[in-house]
Amino acid sequence: MSVLVYTENWDGKFKKISFELASYAVALAEQMKVPAVALSLGKVDETELKKLGNYGIESIMSDTNENYIGLDNQAIAKAVAIAAEKAGANVILIAHSNLGKAIAPRLSIKLKAGLVTAIHGLPLSLQPFTVLKNVFTNKAVGKVLVHAEKKVLTLAANSFGSQENIVTTIINHFDAGLSNTDFATKIEQTNKVTGKVLLSDADIVVSGGRGMKGPENWAPLEELAELLGAGTACSRPVSDEGWRPHSEHVGQTGKMIAPNLYFAFGISGAIQHLGGVSSSKVIVAVNKDPEAPIFEAADYGIVGDVFKVIPQFIEAVKEIKS
Amino acid sequence: MKILVLIGNVPDTTTKIKFNSEKTALDASGVQWIINPWDELALTRAMELKENSAGAIEMVVVATVGRQETEATLRKALAIGADKAIRIDTEPKDGFYVASQLAPVAGGYDLIFAGIEASDYNGAAVGGMLAELLGIHSISSVSGLQLEGGQITINREIDGGSQTVKMTTPLMAIVQKGIAKEPRIPAMRGIMMARSKPLEVIPAIEVDVLTSFESFSLPPAKAACKKVPEDQAKTLIYMLRDEAKVL
Ligand SMILES: Cc1cc2nc3c(=O)[nH]c(=O)nc-3n(C[C@H](O)[C@H](O)[C@H](O)COP(=O)(O)OP(=O)(O)OC[C@H]3O[C@@H](n4cnc5c(N)ncnc54)[C@H](O)[C@@H]3O)c2cc1C
Ligand SMILES: Nc1ncnc2c1ncn2[C@@H]1O[C@H](COP(=O)(O)O)[C@@H](O)[C@H]1O
Repeated sequence: MSVLVYTENWDGKFKKISFELASYAVALAEQMKVPAVALSLGKVDETELKKLGNYGIESIMSDTNENYIGLDNQAIAKAVAIAAEKAGANVILIAHSNLGKAIAPRLSIKLKAGLVTAIHGLPLSLQPFTVLKNVFTNKAVGKVLVHAEKKVLTLAANSFGSQENIVTTIINHFDAGLSNTDFATKIEQTNKVTGKVLLSDADIVVSGGRGMKGPENWAPLEELAELLGAGTACSRPVSDEGWRPHSEHVGQTGKMIAPNLYFAFGISGAIQHLGGVSSSKVIVAVNKDPEAPIFEAADYGIVGDVFKVIPQFIEAVKEIKS
Repeated sequence: MKILVLIGNVPDTTTKIKFNSEKTALDASGVQWIINPWDELALTRAMELKENSAGAIEMVVVATVGRQETEATLRKALAIGADKAIRIDTEPKDGFYVASQLAPVAGGYDLIFAGIEASDYNGAAVGGMLAELLGIHSISSVSGLQLEGGQITINREIDGGSQTVKMTTPLMAIVQKGIAKEPRIPAMRGIMMARSKPLEVIPAIEVDVLTSFESFSLPPAKAACKKVPEDQAKTLIYMLRDEAKVL
């Protein structure tokens, strides 16, 4: 028996969530008293693979088939299933990322495993296997029992954190034996967001709503984000109006994020907006309306004008950085 | 060519969530039910595809797993334009249970739409599971879909970007924001026509339940928001560093 953790990479570099996932896998394996094994699919070199050893992973299965770059849902699910059989895994951990959401359900069917997505925290009990996940779009928490012997779990991003724990790692070459016909997704074009902090990876997110009045007013917000090394986000109407790209839209019908710190500038705090951001550890709201519902979700707030507040924030951040 | 759109029946997005006194199930009193937002967008896109297909798409079918009370949702889907509805008569349990109920009726379609997740239990499961049960390809986080001949061009979100990819039928497209601009609102004519469209009710099959909710809780109430006056905004940044320790 073992815990198998599927670590995602992009262009040969592990994604931030892979280290969080590795940390979780190691903690879960310890709780279950079984080994944790990491699986890496795609061209990832040895130096990069060894980074998993900084998070407690002692054993890695690496299949360097280049075709995985196409992110074919069926092929990746098949490869993970083969690896899970080989590793004798009874728990398979996957990120609750775009790719993780795509493959986990397929994998659960292949393994006849119980699937629980977007879990947070270690199991409350192993017998029966009990985990927590948010439901009703972050409005409530559910305690889920898994009755099947095998489990496929996806971990909510930023819910566990990465924990350094340096060990030596053994890399085992693994070949899932997939052929070219397994890969049906034909990539025509990739638009990779570069040079910016990815929203899903960001520890701090600076977000603006309709109270920002127009796209021409985003410069101070972007300056603040840059100083903080933060990602930028927005409310739905802001992306609907084309003030900001759709990729920045957070909320129930946009991205769900859970950074350590979320700044909401000129956002009223509609329930659908909060659904996507309320798992943030600390929320700061700036709104000129003292009755705005965002203040009920916020930890810190200023009733005031965003255009007066943001410059002061920028000044203060510069002070603490110098 | 035939399209199937999976329809989840969920509480309206503004619903204040309450549970029964044992905290084991949703208290559905006063809840307004709607088509899961992603499924509504998927259905909208399916109707657009059919209308632009010059007859190549013969029909758009919607299917739900649910008790009789979900028929209002299916009727709305018919009013939006679906040609036929299927209801599998049972209480949806977990994602595996729902996907297994759908599998026997979901064969023979060229394109199946599912939403990325249902806004009730946020399972993010049924679409991928059904594709696996049917043995067809799936593609997730789909934010755009064009059809030309047997070729499907998809825009999808990947972690940290987006891609344009080509796929062939049969295909399960698991959709999210962007698949259609705005959900289509049924017109009066559509509502009238929906009454005479077929709504087939199918008995459930026996399926194991692999996961279940033991209980629910509401998140603990947040402590009151600490307010700082506008002209002292700078102190808030210091509080984030020294008190909240997030900077
Ligand atoms: C099915 C459904 C799904 C939805 N999904 C989402 C979603 O995923 N994400 C999302 O964000 N929304 C979503 N919405 C929309 C949501 O209901 C709100 O309409 C939206 O979040 C409001 O955006 P806003 O806060 O930017 O704008 P508004 O509600 O217009 O708020 C603007 C705020 O700015 C304040 N303001 C104005 N000027 C200033 C100033 N100078 N200084 C400081 N404050 C100022 C105002 O007091 C106000 O509170 C959804 C709606 C539905 C029906
Ligand atoms: N009871 C159901 N009947 C039909 N389709 C469903 C049902 N529940 C979920 N789905 C479909 O599966 C998608 C994902 O739901 P879930 O896996 O429950 O988060 C939804 O957007 C629907 O398209």
